[in-house]
Amino acid sequence: MSDTRNIAVVVNGKSYERTVDTRRTLGDFLRLDLGLTGTHFGCEHGACGACTVRVDGIAVRSCLMLAVQANEKSVQTVEDLAKGDSLSPLQQSFHDRHALQCGFCTPGILMTMTEFLEENPAPSEAEVRDALSGNICRCTGYQNIVDAVLLAADTMRKTQDAV
Amino acid sequence: MKPAHFTYHDPAAIADVLALLGEHEDSRLLAGGQSLMPMMNFRFVQPAHLIDLNRVKELGFIRADADTLAFGAMTRQRQIQRDASIRQSCPIMIEALSHVGHRQTRARGTIGGSISHFDPSAELCNMAVLHDAQFVLARKGSRRTLGFDQFARGYMSTAIEPDEMLQEIHLHRWAKPQGFAFEEFAMRHGDFAICAVSCLVTLSGSGAIDALAIAISGVAPIPQRLRNFETAARGQMPDHTLYREAALQAAAIEAMSDAYTTADYRRHLARVLTYRAVEKAAARFKSQGMT
Repeated sequence: MSDTRNIAVVVNGKSYERTVDTRRTLGDFLRLDLGLTGTHFGCEHGACGACTVRVDGIAVRSCLMLAVQANEKSVQTVEDLAKGDSLSPLQQSFHDRHALQCGFCTPGILMTMTEFLEENPAPSEAEVRDALSGNICRCTGYQNIVDAVLLAADTMRKTQDAV
Repeated sequence: MKPAHFTYHDPAAIADVLALLGEHEDSRLLAGGQSLMPMMNFRFVQPAHLIDLNRVKELGFIRADADTLAFGAMTRQRQIQRDASIRQSCPIMIEALSHVGHRQTRARGTIGGSISHFDPSAELCNMAVLHDAQFVLARKGSRRTLGFDQFARGYMSTAIEPDEMLQEIHLHRWAKPQGFAFEEFAMRHGDFAICAVSCLVTLSGSGAIDALAIAISGVAPIPQRLRNFETAARGQMPDHTLYREAALQAAAIEAMSDAYTTADYRRHLARVLTYRAVEKAAARFKSQGMT
């Protein structure tokens, strides 16, 4: 009955070959098959953004993609942002600005805004809010998230200038 | 949550897609998946065969001819939004796309998927009727091209037959300079609009209306043009009397009602947004003329 495929995926720089049900979503594949539970599933129909990961660099909903569609692609999840104990500039800013409370939405927001800041290193507050619009947070009221993203942009530009 | 069982196909060529469509009765085409995947996750839709179009490279393109903008059905919304030539030649498309979902959904979502889904308030369906779109439908061994009125059948319903695929969308190009405006109201940014109104206008040397197009979506089951008004407005000066008349015509559309939004409220939005859209489009044309 079940329809399966063999897939080869690079996740956070590591190669995996797995046999998956073709109906397996990418998010379930990451969480259940690879044990990478940093990616959170909230709504599972594309509305909340908690499951956002990057596929070949592009931030997408992992609940709306099948694992089989990631075959021969490179996926990055929240587990790949920190290098050892060293947080990424965006993660550090979230810590410094208290940009999370329960933390459920945070992985999706970090993946979305990491992509956004690579494209737009000097965003306005309005641009940050627009880019955040696809991620729902029920705790913070967003203000501290916006502050943290702007702080991260600032930090990253200064680091860039120093090089 | 996960979709019900299906047999997965991932052809790489249009010919193979059409062969599969002809072969399997209970099949669905998977484009960007930003509407079909939620429907499958909820099991509203349980196709026996899922035909994934994401490997069909020949379905992703933007081509500008003299009077047509052609899009392959699998062209991503993000790609259109970031296309420098579209920004130049069809700026209203960029404005409309800024209201389509969010950056993560536009990264996957496609123009063909959105138009095949045919949600009455979808911005890309509004763009299709505004630009007198032609739709190229293909089935094994034949192709046909339909205008908007033949393509649109009703609420979320199009002329695409079960063994057919929407292959290309052709939009009629407006000459530059053009005035344009896209106005919509949604409960949250990125949600489907309750009502959206788009307007394209060109003015003659005397400042009178030369050509006008107004499209209203979210009010009726199918996006509407104000064709009679557009014709009658030719040669008239764009002023508050004209904007008000356009708004009254928009408010006269027979409106849908549902559990969240009454028909009266939809007509109210159609009136207000039409006034704003026509006024803004005319003002933009004039300010372009100055520069």
